Amino acid sequence: MRLPNALRLSPRWAPYVLISPFLILFGIFGVFPLGFSLYLAFQSWEPTSGLEAMRYVGLENFAFALEDAWFWKSLKNTGWLALMSGVPQHLVAIPLAAFIHLSFKRLRDGMVGAYFVPYITSTVAIAIMFSSLFSTDFGLINAGLNGLFGWENIDWLGQPEYVKPAIAMIVFWRFLGFNVVLYLAALQTIPKDLYEAATMDGASKLQQFWYITLPGLRPMIFFGVTLSVIGGLQLFEEPFILTGGNGGPDQSGMTSAVYLYRMAFDFNDFGGASAMSWILFAVVALLTWITNRALRPKGPQA
Amino acid sequence: MAPWAAYAIVGVGALIMIAPFYFMFVFATQSRTEIFNLPPPLWFGNDLWDNLQILTERLPFWRNLWWSFYVAVASTVLTLLFCSMAGYAFALMEFRYKNLLFLLVMTTMLLPSFMNMIPTFLIMDWLGWIDTHRALYIPTAANAFGIFLMRQFATTSVPRELIEAARMDGCGEMGIYWRIVLPLMRPALGTLGLITFIASWNNFIGPLIVMRSADNYTLPLALRSLQTTMNTEWGALMTGSAIATIPLLILFAISSRQLIAGLTAGAVK
Repeated sequence: MRLPNALRLSPRWAPYVLISPFLILFGIFGVFPLGFSLYLAFQSWEPTSGLEAMRYVGLENFAFALEDAWFWKSLKNTGWLALMSGVPQHLVAIPLAAFIHLSFKRLRDGMVGAYFVPYITSTVAIAIMFSSLFSTDFGLINAGLNGLFGWENIDWLGQPEYVKPAIAMIVFWRFLGFNVVLYLAALQTIPKDLYEAATMDGASKLQQFWYITLPGLRPMIFFGVTLSVIGGLQLFEEPFILTGGNGGPDQSGMTSAVYLYRMAFDFNDFGGASAMSWILFAVVALLTWITNRALRPKGPQA
Repeated sequence: MAPWAAYAIVGVGALIMIAPFYFMFVFATQSRTEIFNLPPPLWFGNDLWDNLQILTERLPFWRNLWWSFYVAVASTVLTLLFCSMAGYAFALMEFRYKNLLFLLVMTTMLLPSFMNMIPTFLIMDWLGWIDTHRALYIPTAANAFGIFLMRQFATTSVPRELIEAARMDGCGEMGIYWRIVLPLMRPALGTLGLITFIASWNNFIGPLIVMRSADNYTLPLALRSLQTTMNTEWGALMTGSAIATIPLLILFAISSRQLIAGLTAGAVK
């Protein structure tokens, strides 16, 4: 079927027609919200009182956030969680990937699949599942710890000092496989003859891991850790579900993203919440930059 | 360390990874009192039917399930259409501000998701989309990762000469997109489709912010509303969680290689 010439799209306009549906949505739901949130950060406003009630307050929202004890607490919680769920992920994922890479042939896909599957499943279903596993008197986790080490039952979700470790365990569990896959991909780029030469020279497996594998993985370690930092600082669903949406006992499970949500939707302070989101954004950017500086591979960019 | 010990550790690790799924399915067939027996049940019980009944009494569960499907399918179709169109243009066409626009799109991919939470709610309020499903599947179609994936794939897999030849033969621009580019992009469309479907199926923050009535909830929000009630019906809740998880496990079983490659594509390339 051919359209009459007048209706046919000229090659000159075609690209604009092709990108416009995406671009319109991107503008409305991707770019505009950012600008609007920046504007809101300098206003005092409760949305229930209508747009007219918006009042310019300068840096007041930012000052308020920086003096807010809960905000600092949420930052500390978030940092703790990002670190304690992120670092172990890589410490385990690197040797695990190296072992799978060397030792699994036929079962490899199944192995990788088992470690990866938590990453694709519903965080909510999983968090609900874990809140039953973590239950104090009858939960499987306490039963297991009791059977293995004779530990007393721990009130995981009721006591401030245990809420964060419980959340960190879930996050570790969910993202470990993702990192394993990243490292497996990177391992394939390390030339096999390096290992052969090292074996000829009498290097042990451990030495090979230390002097060939680790340096070869360095660009991916840099990238993977950066992703974990960015992801860890945004944690929302796991802490939200596990603490019943309010941060848990003594706000010990309240991450910054959860506090942001509460600030807006529980306390109705949209200006304050927007200011907070920009402070958080600055923190994420700064930490990403620091990770970048600390881990970036030397020499030509990989 | 003996190699068998390393195999054992890795194998036990894999079992630990999938254990929560196993117990989710076991608990789905146990009553609330049985789940919290000591020792906890390790094998399937026969309360699945009762749990399902409690679930459908406490929640409009089948509606919630339907909305999850509906939103995920709509989100996937829109995302595939819009991202393939724009990705093709970014990869193989010339237009003004192309590189600048692409850079802008890619930059937003790095932004933390909480940045959009508050303004998105306000936009939905102004549009009158609060408590509608549009609010869930339309914004997700502006998917920066989708553009990245589509552009990447079109650059390597759609030959310029083929498009030139079609143009010479008098094929219209939309015809080229629809009859030549789209079929060639099928593998990437499959990957993006899977990822989008799963992301929408699991989406919690979106519905948490815009949905108001339990009749309109998608599964994650419905399940969490059941969890926060007094005397939580754990058996029913596990049945619901298991039903929410089954489609994902099936998708993963069918396409784990493609899914894993797609989900880590941004990192590996």
